[in-house]
Amino acid sequence: MKKLQFSKICKNFGAVVANDNISLSLGEGEILSLLGENGAGKTTLMNILFGHYISDKGFIEVEGKRLTPGSTKASLDAGIGMVHQHFTLAENLTVLENIILGTEPLSRLWSKKKLAYKKIEALSKRFGLLINPDAKVADLTVGEKQRVEIIKALYRDASILILDEPTAVLTPQETIQLFKVLKEMVNAGLSIMFISHKLNEIIEISDRIVVLRHGKLVGEVATKKANKELLAEMMVGHKVTRPAYEKLEIGKAVVELNNVCLNASDGSVGLSNINLKIHEKEIIGLAGVSGNGQFGLASILQGLTHPSSGEFKLFGQSLIKYDPRYLTKSGVARIPEDRSKEGVIGEMALWENFLGEELRSKAKSGFIIDKKKAVNNAEKLIKEYDIRCEGAFASTRLLSGGNIQKLILARSLSNNPRFIIANKPARGLDEGAISFVQHQIINAKTKGAGVLLISEDLDEIFELSDRIAVIFDGKLQGPFDASSLTINQVGLMMSGEMKEGSFNEA
Amino acid sequence: MLELLELILTTSLWAAVVRIATPLIFATLGELICERAGVLNLGIEGIMTIGAMAGWLWVYQGGDLWGGVVFAALVGMLFGLLHSILVVYLGLSQHVSGIGITMLASSISYYAYTMIIPFSTTPPKIVAFSAFEVPLLSSIPIIGGAFFNQTALTYLAYILVIVTFYVLYKMPLGLTIRMAGENPVANEAQGINVLLIRTGAVMVGSALMAIGGAFLTMSAFDAFYFGMINGRGWICVALVIFASWKPGKAFLGAILFALFEALQVRAQLIGADVIPYQIFSMMPYFLSIVAMMLVARRAAYPKALLVPFRQGDRI
Repeated sequence: MKKLQFSKICKNFGAVVANDNISLSLGEGEILSLLGENGAGKTTLMNILFGHYISDKGFIEVEGKRLTPGSTKASLDAGIGMVHQHFTLAENLTVLENIILGTEPLSRLWSKKKLAYKKIEALSKRFGLLINPDAKVADLTVGEKQRVEIIKALYRDASILILDEPTAVLTPQETIQLFKVLKEMVNAGLSIMFISHKLNEIIEISDRIVVLRHGKLVGEVATKKANKELLAEMMVGHKVTRPAYEKLEIGKAVVELNNVCLNASDGSVGLSNINLKIHEKEIIGLAGVSGNGQFGLASILQGLTHPSSGEFKLFGQSLIKYDPRYLTKSGVARIPEDRSKEGVIGEMALWENFLGEELRSKAKSGFIIDKKKAVNNAEKLIKEYDIRCEGAFASTRLLSGGNIQKLILARSLSNNPRFIIANKPARGLDEGAISFVQHQIINAKTKGAGVLLISEDLDEIFELSDRIAVIFDGKLQGPFDASSLTINQVGLMMSGEMKEGSFNEA
Repeated sequence: MLELLELILTTSLWAAVVRIATPLIFATLGELICERAGVLNLGIEGIMTIGAMAGWLWVYQGGDLWGGVVFAALVGMLFGLLHSILVVYLGLSQHVSGIGITMLASSISYYAYTMIIPFSTTPPKIVAFSAFEVPLLSSIPIIGGAFFNQTALTYLAYILVIVTFYVLYKMPLGLTIRMAGENPVANEAQGINVLLIRTGAVMVGSALMAIGGAFLTMSAFDAFYFGMINGRGWICVALVIFASWKPGKAFLGAILFALFEALQVRAQLIGADVIPYQIFSMMPYFLSIVAMMLVARRAAYPKALLVPFRQGDRI
């Protein structure tokens, strides 16, 4: 009998079809991967399984029994555990409290914490999920938080575990560790559904792969018969080409950081003695797990903060007092990390957002914005960068993530910048948009710009970068020649396990 | 200055401190429970007012004292339910709804009082709770006579501090309440109905606020006056922050504020010819602000306070 069976699930959100007649099953002791781009309907399907949403049509069976729709409790009781993409943990509470929440009757007069403690210890030993039950969740690393989420499911004796993009936040080593744990769990009889869009991982971990596209189930293959190209094509629906890397003769230094330090403020990681030189016609990839100082470094380079000590030279000139406006004017372009929060103002029209970073220079006559000129400019860029929208007057928040990113690229790259900070430019985009963004960055490099590419996605870093630097706990290693590094080495540096001096600097 | 120091060692001062602190303890605990579940309840000032009126009226109309306390609590719960419907189920602004409830509840109190009680220059009185000594404990020097020669409601307040602590930290129910204020999605993901938990917390919290108000008309005084709550509710909102959302600290905070208040009344008598009395009246509030600045800056507030939770939201 099948462990889990989806039958003809349909779900619409208004006019958007999130799930269109999806039927699939999960066998006992099987790892099934659910592959698809953002917006393909993976998470919706899982939320229906977990009772967050009610499907419009269709039903789900667990071990042959119908699952009550729309009830998280029913799903939990049926033995389904879910590790959400965004952890559902309370930072201020302890690991133990987070795990036992909801497992005891509310009328019980005394929480049986000792018993829970023992059970958690036993589980963590059995599956190699090391964790201190008394630690406060806020003090844990991302990898540890994920362990807590997994133990939470195991604590309830889940027999089906759903992992929604579990590796998105992990270093390569943590991913290997997670995969070990997953194999251990399958051996113990659990069935696992693994949701991801990372092809390498899916091929490595799963027994069978199901591909979703635009809410439809478009294919199913045994992992043995699958390869990356085939899966990518199934996922996107057509062949996608990533830009080819090309090494260019580098020019003058555009950015030079000498012994730059930044004092940590309110809990964030500072920077200590950063030395970095970025030249014209080169892309430096900055790898690292989020929260290791990328924010501080990006803030300095955008002019949002000043270093506490050290020197910041831009285009050969040492900067003392500066602000974002000065940097933008002198040829620095930025692709911000959170595109919809920092990059655009959703409530405003496209043409207004195009003016965002050049309000004082262009499209202005006297004190008044020259709307005609601004709109013309916007329309030109919309065409040039193929931004899918209802025109210059459309509200920006209606755009998809990929199109917002195109808007930002159009705005910052159309001025031929000499230095670009690209902070996770491809995050959350689908294959088509990623390829567009990467082409644009390579084009800018060819035209002579220096680029700092900040990313957690090592594949992306290796595909684009000439040199790679790694940031961990506010300290920089490298940059090293990209060709002299392996993904594994970078992963070790990201987790602080490979210390400075283990490599010769390129 | 010396006189003030001597004053601190008198039982009568501490007796006044406890009397002033009792309604604050009730209402601060009430607000604390609401906020722990993630709901700010600015209805507190009005709920205290209507609690004061309702409890008193019950007794004035011939009911017994404990009946009055229960009636006040029920009326408080009713307004708690109203607040919950607006902010928990409909997800409206907690600030706006709270202030609205304060205005509504206060106005209803005054309106009902004026309609039911015929006008007279001296407000009618009831026979209030009377004090009784707790054997043994009341013989502790200075403090004993102050803390343990009070009315039953004060003792109830002490007990509630312990009960609130126990429920919040030792019972599974308390964990879910705290989780509702920290990360409601986590609650939902564990199969718990966040809306129900929040509503329950707000209703119980509001009941405590109303009892705090009732203490004033049924224990501290024996009549209902217009404007008698006089900002006590707002002080309690500040006390919750001062207490970093912990019941024990809430108790201490209430005592501390009451100490300032009791001292200033006495300091007025001592220093009246030199310093205008308004300065003294200001002191408790001024000192509260200072204390808040010292204590509350590092306070870890409930992460989901003020954040409405909607079922079926994307996770």
